[in-house]
Amino acid sequence: MSGATRRLVVVGNGMAGVACVEQILKRKHDFEITIFGDEPHVNYNRILLSSVLAGEKSAEDIVLNDVDWYRENGLRARLGVRVAGIDRAAQTVIDDEGRATHFDELILATGSSAFIPPIPGVEKKNVHVFRTLDDTRALLEKSRKGCRAVVIGGGLLGLEAARGLQLRGCEVSVVHLMETLMERQLDRDGGAYLLRKIENLGIRVMLPKQTAALTGNGRVEGLRFASGEELEADLVVIAAGIKPNAELARKAALEVRRGIVVDDYMQTSDPHIHAVGECTEHRGQTFGLVAPLMEQAKVLASTLTGSRAVAFTGASTAAKLKIMGVEIFSAGSIDESEPGIETVRYEDPSLGIYKKLFLKDNRLRGVILVGDISDERRYTEWLRQDSDLSSQRRHLLFPPPVEDPGLEVAAMPESEIICGCNGVSKGTIIGAIHEKGITTLSELKTCTRASTSCGSCTGLCEQLLRAVAPDFQEETRTTLCSCVPFSYEQLRDIVKGQQLKSVQEVLNVYGNRKGCEICKPALSYMLDMLWCGGHEEDRSARFINDRVHANIQKDGTFSVIPRMRGGVTSPDELRRIADVAEKYNVRMVKVTGSQRLDLLGVKKSDLPKVWADLGMPSGQAYTKGVRMVKTCVGTEFCRFGTQDSTSAGIELERRLENLFTPHKVKMGVVGCPRNCAEATVKDIGMVGQEGSWQVVVGGAAGKSVRKADLLITVETTGQALEACELFFQYYRENANYLERTYDFVERLGIEKVRKETVYASEQERRSLLDRLQRSKTISKDAWLERETPVNPTQFVQIQPIQSPALKETII
Amino acid sequence: MNREHNWTKITAVANIPPQEGRSVTVGEVELAIFNLHDRFVTIENRCPHKGGPLCDGIVSGTSVVCPLHGWRFDLDSGAAVRASLPACVTVFPTRVEEGIILVDPSAGRRITSEEAAA
Repeated sequence: MSGATRRLVVVGNGMAGVACVEQILKRKHDFEITIFGDEPHVNYNRILLSSVLAGEKSAEDIVLNDVDWYRENGLRARLGVRVAGIDRAAQTVIDDEGRATHFDELILATGSSAFIPPIPGVEKKNVHVFRTLDDTRALLEKSRKGCRAVVIGGGLLGLEAARGLQLRGCEVSVVHLMETLMERQLDRDGGAYLLRKIENLGIRVMLPKQTAALTGNGRVEGLRFASGEELEADLVVIAAGIKPNAELARKAALEVRRGIVVDDYMQTSDPHIHAVGECTEHRGQTFGLVAPLMEQAKVLASTLTGSRAVAFTGASTAAKLKIMGVEIFSAGSIDESEPGIETVRYEDPSLGIYKKLFLKDNRLRGVILVGDISDERRYTEWLRQDSDLSSQRRHLLFPPPVEDPGLEVAAMPESEIICGCNGVSKGTIIGAIHEKGITTLSELKTCTRASTSCGSCTGLCEQLLRAVAPDFQEETRTTLCSCVPFSYEQLRDIVKGQQLKSVQEVLNVYGNRKGCEICKPALSYMLDMLWCGGHEEDRSARFINDRVHANIQKDGTFSVIPRMRGGVTSPDELRRIADVAEKYNVRMVKVTGSQRLDLLGVKKSDLPKVWADLGMPSGQAYTKGVRMVKTCVGTEFCRFGTQDSTSAGIELERRLENLFTPHKVKMGVVGCPRNCAEATVKDIGMVGQEGSWQVVVGGAAGKSVRKADLLITVETTGQALEACELFFQYYRENANYLERTYDFVERLGIEKVRKETVYASEQERRSLLDRLQRSKTISKDAWLERETPVNPTQFVQIQPIQSPALKETII
Repeated sequence: MNREHNWTKITAVANIPPQEGRSVTVGEVELAIFNLHDRFVTIENRCPHKGGPLCDGIVSGTSVVCPLHGWRFDLDSGAAVRASLPACVTVFPTRVEEGIILVDPSAGRRITSEEAAA
């Protein structure tokens, strides 16, 4: 067996090289594979670097193949090693340490580098390119709030870099040589639409502007344009295009023009040397987008494993801008001057939508979509299949409406490409779902690579899974709302990472600036929880209940429930409650299910006086926070009691009261397993027994009924209270807003919850408790705002200065 | 008919914080006045659904969401947004003069049901 193996060496550990290796691994082959990569990282998704810069993804998120993948597939990875030369006669590559590695077949996948225009001053400090993970890390380090950043280049990469830097808090300008942004993908009108969108994001665009020099003494301080104007800058990013890395091939005397010249089978001028990716030139064309590279990888894999059945004949040049809220798609040829070309267009300036199709002989040649790219797939298919569109002429710009959105995917032919980046068809996905028993999107990604590049086909992949996989499981990452289209996890990272301290700041940078009744309260909670109160409280972002600390009723009046810890009260408190009820004409006094008393029908303007007269703290009955701890009388009175549940319950309530939570938290403490205060159907419960406590979590007896799961059994009351605190803080930090503990525990599984709370390391437990303590220290009884309300008119009924009856005398 | 406005002085601008609303009763009408940062707008303070106090709603851009059941109204036109049935509230002309909000309670305007449906 080993005697029959051939040695395959791949120079380049980027997307194209590794894609080719992946394709080879899928086929029957006899190769022993070595991969050289000059970046010291495992293979990552370069097109998502802009998302890393924007803080939407971490470096780990964009890893395509981790270290295990290389090991499991028997690949020898030489990372951080540069190949210095090729000895064609000896069939070896020489690395920069002088070692020779023999090859039977060699793949050059050396990619491309940033093109640096010959401008005086590009060598100055704080002038960067944006091409690799290390470049991105450097930019992340340099960019900070208020930093003046200038991006040279208004193409795809330049604009994405600009938006990324802006999200880091920089003041960003884009300087572009041409009169139109993304002029290779857009015509003049499309470019004007894009320009407005970019400017609306708060990015300054200057064009056409030729940079004559970068100024500054050692460190860059600005740009001087050919026109003589100057622009100050603390940071300059050059994104002026790419050039194929063909040096290695050129030195080896392979045929090189702009890139390494390859034929339709990706073979260079040496039959044992092949090339794929951005380093290649095929029929005079070079490449900078991911889809053609994936196609090249497949062609080469097929050639190397013994068949020349598939040839590369050039590929579509579809490009998509990955800036949230700025949808741009362009594909095919957009050259209007070509004879016989007719164009069809639609535009709506106030919606910022612009669509233009380029047709010839009833076939689609090119397409530009700005502001609405929902039909991108349709046009890609028309281009790919070179379809005759005679019968579609009336529906070119707007497809006939689909009644059932599920039909869209059902109606697609099996051969239709779902994932354009990786060339995965509907048939392949369905096949994989059936054969491998795939039930989640992550499994589908691992198995087929669909949706692993730009991610725009994720929705379709999910639709297919839903339709075909019998046990499809939704991924738990859901976005907060359409105003801020990120998951809770992402938002928590963003808020922490970018040090955002107010709701409006989050909305301005990551959302639509407006916000709504869903995201505003959720973000308010998140900021309060993450900054332990050290955020900028914005009451306008809170639901009315959290502005006035009372629960709004159907007639616009409010209900008032004072805190009565453990459900224990006193004659004195009861007298005051009775007095208040009479003094303010409370319409009903109600004993609640939470062992408390509710005063219903209080006017907003009376609330501060009511609280003062009651002289009791807020029971938080109006908010997503700590409601109550229900208790039984325990050993204090009960002849069956085994634990002092009343004191334990009061202590638990004291420790957690006044804190806010993703949804309301109701608790119970019982002194024996008879469970008289129903602790096993509470969010957090303590169940006493002889000599120990059981702490239970995730119970419910409301809209859902669920018996709580056992978190831990402990000996002392102190330990039980601490277990409650650990779970409480863990829930605060990890649940989605409006997710009750019973959904939260079910989503994560009690095993995971245990492992990350009561069974976590000493250090992790300590830090959970520390964070809880920090929040607790600054928390206070909301009803104390009666003295100093956040807004002076919060409880005041405004009276008009004039009454309209007087109007005649005024006018 | 005198087409001049009957502007009525209501309250100092500082009494209505940004992105919030406050209610005020002028004669017979209960109004909800909102501070949209760059301007003030006034609508009737009663949701046509179940009478909810719109002044207590969360402001989202240029609309307000009723605190009772989440009906949403555009503050400029008064039209319900995304409601299952066409509905609207009355909008009153509002302006600011020398730091005082003025409303014309007699010039309330309600869009027609055809406009609302559109």
